[in-house]
Amino acid sequence: MTGWRLADGGPVIPNFGHGSECLRDNGWLCTSWVRQHWGDILQPALVQHIELTLIAVGIGFAIAFLLALVGFRWRVFDPPLGAFTDILYTIPSIALYQLLVPVTGLTVTTIEIALVSYTLFVLYRNIVAGLRAVPPEVLESARGMGLTRRQTFLRVELPLAAPAILAGLRVATVATISIATVAAFLIYYGLGGPIFDALGQPDIFRTELLASGGLAILLALSADALLALLQRALTPWSRLR
Amino acid sequence: MRTEAAELVFDEATKVYPGRESAAVDHLSLTVPAGEICVLVGPSGGGKTTALKLVNRLIPLTSGDIRIDGTSILEQDVVELRRSIGYVIQQVGLFPHMTVEGNIGTVPRLYRRPRSWIKARSAELLELVGLDPSYAKRFPAQLSGGERQRVGLARALAANPPLMLMDEPFGAIDPIVRARLQDEFLRLQKEIRKTVVFVTHDVDEAIKVGDRIAILREGGRLAQYDTPQQILEHPADEFVAEFVGRDRALKALALRTLGELELSPATEDGLPRLPADTSLRDALALLVAERRNALLVIGADGAPLGVATREDLLA
Ligand SMILES: Nc1ncnc2c1ncn2[C@@H]1O[C@H](COP(=O)(O)OP(=O)(O)OP(=O)(O)O)[C@@H](O)[C@H]1O
Ligand SMILES: [Mg+2]
Repeated sequence: MTGWRLADGGPVIPNFGHGSECLRDNGWLCTSWVRQHWGDILQPALVQHIELTLIAVGIGFAIAFLLALVGFRWRVFDPPLGAFTDILYTIPSIALYQLLVPVTGLTVTTIEIALVSYTLFVLYRNIVAGLRAVPPEVLESARGMGLTRRQTFLRVELPLAAPAILAGLRVATVATISIATVAAFLIYYGLGGPIFDALGQPDIFRTELLASGGLAILLALSADALLALLQRALTPWSRLR
Repeated sequence: MRTEAAELVFDEATKVYPGRESAAVDHLSLTVPAGEICVLVGPSGGGKTTALKLVNRLIPLTSGDIRIDGTSILEQDVVELRRSIGYVIQQVGLFPHMTVEGNIGTVPRLYRRPRSWIKARSAELLELVGLDPSYAKRFPAQLSGGERQRVGLARALAANPPLMLMDEPFGAIDPIVRARLQDEFLRLQKEIRKTVVFVTHDVDEAIKVGDRIAILREGGRLAQYDTPQQILEHPADEFVAEFVGRDRALKALALRTLGELELSPATEDGLPRLPADTSLRDALALLVAERRNALLVIGADGAPLGVATREDLLA
């Protein structure tokens, strides 16, 4: 992916593009460069980044949900599970990569494992807290009306926990988008690729940094807004209280 | 789904909570005839809630039995049993994420009733509990306390259960709305004729609502089980007399109306006139206030029925 620069740029006076004035001055956002490299740098990086995030949050949610079911149903398991996700969360990502690389190598899998482990903390906490917050009188009336345990979970507890779960999903998604940029420390992948690239220039390549960093921020903001909309649509009742 | 009112029998029903020495409900035996309201009343901790929850098995019996229309609750599937009993609690416990209609449809949905059936049933029940049909689409957060309680009642009635359990249903509501809810509940009961077990710790509410009153004392022992009239006029012991209050004679007067008295023919002119459905208590209050000795009772059509004297009222 970085070959284009090695081919036409010198080591001392980098030739960032094809001689636009903006690029020679290392301007803040040279639109000509952005337009020229949207197709071969920015867009692929953005798509990879979205993929990284979706897979990490998807798998993270599935695991966190199963763990939360256990921690919710059998209270004794809650503290150890909470502590487990907490420990994963506090390991610095660089350290986690060093632990993982010998096992899974310099691969996207390594990145995903790290990202997934970071989502677990907030997702697990929010799912368990949401399920626990269901008022006791609501559970009593559900039981008193003859809902089975399963029906109570699916029709009452889960929908009532939905706002907390979706809030957790929002935080996890935004955090994953930002942490995923660091993944390029390992391999050139996602929006972190061009960001690390730009930072690696003798003179920070401002246009590339701003374009790719800006895309990461935009992605985070849109994901946040999208999930907020989803939350409103799915739980219209939750804004009434 | 059973729909007729059911007879409810407590047979030596006893509950001892694990780790406790004394019983919360102690060998409770009483029969609630089909279609009647039995009020459980007594001091806090007397075991009223426990006794109620024994019926729908939210709390398991320690010993003894409870039968609904002759069938022991222990012989029925617990989920089926609960679905066939209406349950109303003080905190209501409406589902916040469901509309009023969704809440009312809870048990019918368990019975796989079609949507259209639930919609119609919900409209019918809203009217029955005195709420506008437009409430169907509201969420519980958009209701007042009194409205929530009505919806809770409608939800409990949705599958037309033969038996209703109500634990201080009007306990958290201000006195004015509470009185109105009591009146509406009694009017409703005239229509639907359910067997009802109604828990309260308010004696006045018990007297007003109950066809029969069971007074539970500490330790869940039954102190007296009788009609309000009998309990007020012949309390079984000191505890009951104390519990129903010093003004029990006046409370007893409140239970009867002028129409129930034997009236003498009207002779005097200018007597105060009162309708036949006035309570003896209110009639006496009027005589005292106006310093009179007799009054003229008039019928619904305004025609005089006869004269009642102070002595007649107090006889
Ligand atoms: N789950 C429980 N575990 C142990 N003891 C309990 C439990 N629930 C109630 N008790 C005890 O049983 C007794 C009766 O309680 P209960 O709630 O039936 O009283 P109550 O008549 O409904 O009182 P109140 O008018 O305050 O609602 C009390 O002494 C109470 O402390
Ligand atoms: Mg109680």
